[in-house]
Amino acid sequence: MVLSSILALTGLGFVAAVLLSVASRIFAVKEDPLVEKVTETLPGANCGGCGYAGCEGYAGAVVHDPSIPPNLCVVGGTKVASAIGKLTGKMTTEVEPLCAYRRCDKNAGHVAQRFDYKGIPSCAAAAALHHGSDQCGFSCLGFGDCVKVCLTSALRIENYIVEVNEAMCIGCGKCTKVCPRNVLQLIPKRARVAITCSTQDKLKAVMDVCKVGCIHCGKCVKTCPAKAISMENDRIQIDQKLCLEYGDSCNHACASACPRGILRLHGPAACAGRQNEAV
Amino acid sequence: MSVFEVFISAIFVNNIVLAQNLGNCPYLGCSKEKGVALGMGTSVIFVTVMATLCTWLVQKYLLVPIHLEYLQTLVFILIIASLVQFVEMFLKKAVPPLYASLGIYLPLITTNCCVLGVTLLVQREQYELMESLLYAFATGAGFLLALLLMAGVRERLETCRVPTAMTGTPIALIMAGIMSLSFMAFKGMV
Repeated sequence: MVLSSILALTGLGFVAAVLLSVASRIFAVKEDPLVEKVTETLPGANCGGCGYAGCEGYAGAVVHDPSIPPNLCVVGGTKVASAIGKLTGKMTTEVEPLCAYRRCDKNAGHVAQRFDYKGIPSCAAAAALHHGSDQCGFSCLGFGDCVKVCLTSALRIENYIVEVNEAMCIGCGKCTKVCPRNVLQLIPKRARVAITCSTQDKLKAVMDVCKVGCIHCGKCVKTCPAKAISMENDRIQIDQKLCLEYGDSCNHACASACPRGILRLHGPAACAGRQNEAV
Repeated sequence: MSVFEVFISAIFVNNIVLAQNLGNCPYLGCSKEKGVALGMGTSVIFVTVMATLCTWLVQKYLLVPIHLEYLQTLVFILIIASLVQFVEMFLKKAVPPLYASLGIYLPLITTNCCVLGVTLLVQREQYELMESLLYAFATGAGFLLALLLMAGVRERLETCRVPTAMTGTPIALIMAGIMSLSFMAFKGMV
């Protein structure tokens, strides 16, 4: 009785093992060992910052498609990019480490409330109701839709506005996609100047609701020697690449020209500025 | 039992998840989005039918003749696990698009008690082969229904105010309990 049960189970197990090993031979799918190696090189955060459905998706694409650059992984940065470049034999260019930047400073601007919002506590829902409860229609609503999608807890809500911890931010851009007001924007971590307002309103409409809102005077556009600042969809935009290429010789002309203090020093320059103030 | 009765019984009255409490892990794990729920549900239907076919044959032509019915559970687990592995390899080679959509769920089903439950229940009820396959399909459909319902509720739940202590799995478990209760209304239909 015992013997027969042992024999039957061993037999079944053996048959299953043989069948599976035979099947694995017959049905073997040739997988590119390179894809596996690239996948191992990638951080494995599956954040989707590269635009693919996870690290494996990007690995497959970068190996098989010669037109896809090896430096799309923002989390891995230059180190991973050069490793992938080596594996796939592609030219590597430096990866600019990005971080999210909040284009709103509604607390400093004393933006008042138009009504008391007591609905679903999410930015998307609040933004859908009469353009949000803030006087400004382009402000950070502070319900933290971005915080929910952040992979690294780089974001937190403080005083009804989102605070970005740039050291923790990996620059995947998930938050910029989820923000219903496009308040969060990806900029290079070493960006020299950043814009702290995202309004599309002009002059009085801005003056009335916010003390630090962009009134679209265009002074920055005119002052910038690198022609890096432009008006896009009624919002000022800095072409950070141009700005960084031009370097510090302009002495942050745009920031000093801005009458509303919206263009602010960022990165190492901002730290130096703060230190000077402290001294 | 007629075909219709088997279906009604397996999907509503004796729903594998909501009435028999089998397969709770994928019920909670794969019910966050409708797409995922659909993928998992169809994979379970597929694997359940295949597994029932194999185990039924093994039971009839191997275990019963040599009087080893008491090894049923052990043998069935072995068969299901290897079957799922085999199906996974087969799909990868033969039907890559199907593998791409079901592939990630197949390893999860390897040890799914819902599949094992169906194969064992079929033996307890002593169904004939065709009857068992039908029952397996209907049970899988019931699983899919439960998963889809749960996914729908949880998608709605995303925009609801839930007390902080209840967010995530706690509220999902409460929803599962309420849904189970409501399915009790079908009791006695068949």
